[in-house]
Amino acid sequence: MDFLNATILLLNYIFVPALAYGSQLALGAIFVTLIYGILRFANFATGDMMSFGTMFTILFTWYFQSVGISLGVLPTALLAIPFAIIFMIGYMLLIDKFVFKYYRVNKSPPVQLAMVSIGVMFVTQAVVRIIIGPSDRRFFDGEKFLIKAGEFKEMTGLNEGLAIKSTQVITILVTLILVSTLFWFLNKTKTGKSMRAYSDNEDLALLSGIDPKKIVMITWIIAGILATIGGALYGLDKSFKPFTYFNNMLPIFAAAIVGGIGNPFGAFLGGYVIAFSEILLTYAYRKFFMYVLPESMEPGGLVQLLSTDYKFAVSFSILVIVLLYRPSGIFKGKVL
Amino acid sequence: MRKNLNVIAAYGIMMGLIILVGIFQSWNIALSIFNLCLISAVMTMGANIQWGYAGLINFGIMGYTALGGLAAVLISVNPVQEAWNAGGSNILFSLFLIIGMVLAVRYVLKKYEKSKIRTYIIATIIILGIIIIRFVSEPGIEAIEEVDPAKTGFLGGLGLPIIFSWIVGALFAGGLAFVIGKVALGLRADYLAIATLLISEIVIAIIKHEDWLTRGVKNVIGLKRPAPYEVNLQQTDWFINLVEKFNFSKLNLISDFTERQAALNQFVIEGSSVFVKLCYSGLFLIVVIILLILTQKALYSPWGRMMRAIRDNEEAANAMGKNVVKQHLLIFVLGSAIVGIAGAMLVTQDGLFTPGSYRPMRYTFLIWVMVIVGGSGNNFGAILGGFVVWFLWIEAAPIGLYLVNLTTAGLDDTHALKVHLIESVPYFRFLMMGIGLLLIMRYRPKGILPEKIEIK
Repeated sequence: MDFLNATILLLNYIFVPALAYGSQLALGAIFVTLIYGILRFANFATGDMMSFGTMFTILFTWYFQSVGISLGVLPTALLAIPFAIIFMIGYMLLIDKFVFKYYRVNKSPPVQLAMVSIGVMFVTQAVVRIIIGPSDRRFFDGEKFLIKAGEFKEMTGLNEGLAIKSTQVITILVTLILVSTLFWFLNKTKTGKSMRAYSDNEDLALLSGIDPKKIVMITWIIAGILATIGGALYGLDKSFKPFTYFNNMLPIFAAAIVGGIGNPFGAFLGGYVIAFSEILLTYAYRKFFMYVLPESMEPGGLVQLLSTDYKFAVSFSILVIVLLYRPSGIFKGKVL
Repeated sequence: MRKNLNVIAAYGIMMGLIILVGIFQSWNIALSIFNLCLISAVMTMGANIQWGYAGLINFGIMGYTALGGLAAVLISVNPVQEAWNAGGSNILFSLFLIIGMVLAVRYVLKKYEKSKIRTYIIATIIILGIIIIRFVSEPGIEAIEEVDPAKTGFLGGLGLPIIFSWIVGALFAGGLAFVIGKVALGLRADYLAIATLLISEIVIAIIKHEDWLTRGVKNVIGLKRPAPYEVNLQQTDWFINLVEKFNFSKLNLISDFTERQAALNQFVIEGSSVFVKLCYSGLFLIVVIILLILTQKALYSPWGRMMRAIRDNEEAANAMGKNVVKQHLLIFVLGSAIVGIAGAMLVTQDGLFTPGSYRPMRYTFLIWVMVIVGGSGNNFGAILGGFVVWFLWIEAAPIGLYLVNLTTAGLDDTHALKVHLIESVPYFRFLMMGIGLLLIMRYRPKGILPEKIEIK
């Protein structure tokens, strides 16, 4: 019984939250990795592009709520996401046409493109704050919990409750569907294959008749979809605040590099690596040991490896270690 | 003289703008803008040495700034005797343990060939060391943080004049840069950018949460000043006389004695804060000029030539027998040290240390905008960038307000759109910075004052 309780405890406080958070990071990391693999620059506007997409999701959600459309138990935002994606893709293509294209055509070094992306970051951040403001916004509606902690306790008779938020389930499901579609697209379709070829060797791909304009456009479209959905899921699960989104750029970068930048599958797993290590290392295991160990050996302190203040620091330290020992990431990067 | 005309013109316009602010808004605002411009200029000089001279991208500016600020606290605050008694010995012992750990790792690195076993040994040493240090330091940290937490709750500093912290801040930042450089300089440019950005976040996390050292988010306020206090100035005779002399003509217009006295008092109060700011401006100006002379000398020295050679073609420089790795490390440390000075200067001017205010937007990316806009590789350009961008950053809100009022002139004052836009005026500065950066990158990629190398 104690063992079961301990397992449920870990599931409730570590496994489920980390899985949801990891999925949100994974989507962002794939976004970063795609841009890096095909357009060949580190996109510092990642966090703000995600907040831009989320902003449209929120605006559409508000609109639907005001006209009385809802999805019942599901959050209305799910209905708003497709419309937000359309606007987001428009914005991405607009930025590409007026900003990034010039440097791509001139074959500027990646560092210059990264600098340009900082300019885009400033502009996007300003636009988001001017349109929706810098404050914290919650746009979740519908059923909040799939299983409530109290119900679970009653159902199983255990001491520990397991609470699963519906947003966590939605996040994980949507991520799985989206990522598997993406991998199917990259590995099986002709366009996907030409994208991989372009990422692998640009000149060779051009020689074999691949149209770079089309590749770039599709990359931005996929990136727009990933950014909007990733951002909206994060906002549903936690809340939307432009500053938090900007900060999320950092663990996302960490996930992309840990997984091997340019490698979407690596980025996907990297998201979970970062999320799990952040939560595992900062969780206080006291209760867990109280269940598992006999009473005489009960720990005195919180049995916390690091205080939760160092949540971000954990993922960055992992990144530094990975960069030192395997600069190409855990799953060999730079092959799309 | 003629070839420097654009430099002189650019600086003239900049000074004119600040003087205009002084005339139309107030001299207080103008001087505080000017002071922060000077501090920004020091930061951009640091970043410019790394980026402009050597092509090293360093997104960790925020971390070095914060370390410089920390130096200001550790140098100038009086030591908290009780805290030292409570937990000082534990902290000192932990410090020795850390040094011992580093030495042990170094010993293993030197003694054994690179192998898997060596990696594991090092990992074990580090993990064991961290666990032991935590056991030793925990009671000490708790004891220290319990000493009068509302006022102190930290070890305090050395109680020296705060000016010393400018040098110590440089040492701190340089030391950190040395460690980061050893670890990360081998990375490719964009990896280096991300790595330094993340490491600076780690530095901020440590400063924010190690309360025994920095007081964390409780902030340290009321730091000593290198300049006189306004309150003291207002009671000093020579200062009152000086203010009287300055405003002689205005005061003479007032015939009534009490009114004249009241007006004088007003002038003294205003004058005192202007005077204090002028003191700071003088100090900062000295630093900027010294750094400018040194960096200019370095730029035209054989060493500067070598740095440009390394920047423009690493392999060729390497083939000529230049030690690229060592020079990169050197310039990384130098540039970061300069940023550390700026960090200490900033805290000196504010008189308070607020770890929560260090954000990458303000302390990393904005500084980079300054470097790019001003002109990388050109020290005059870097300083000008600091001035222009900081000036716009501050004046963006009034300009934004003016523009909003202009474009929505046809709308009613209570119109929702107009109200919303006026509320979001503070964010126009981001828009302005972003568009400015994009335009400069596109149409003048070398900045306002581009790099110009004369062969002498």
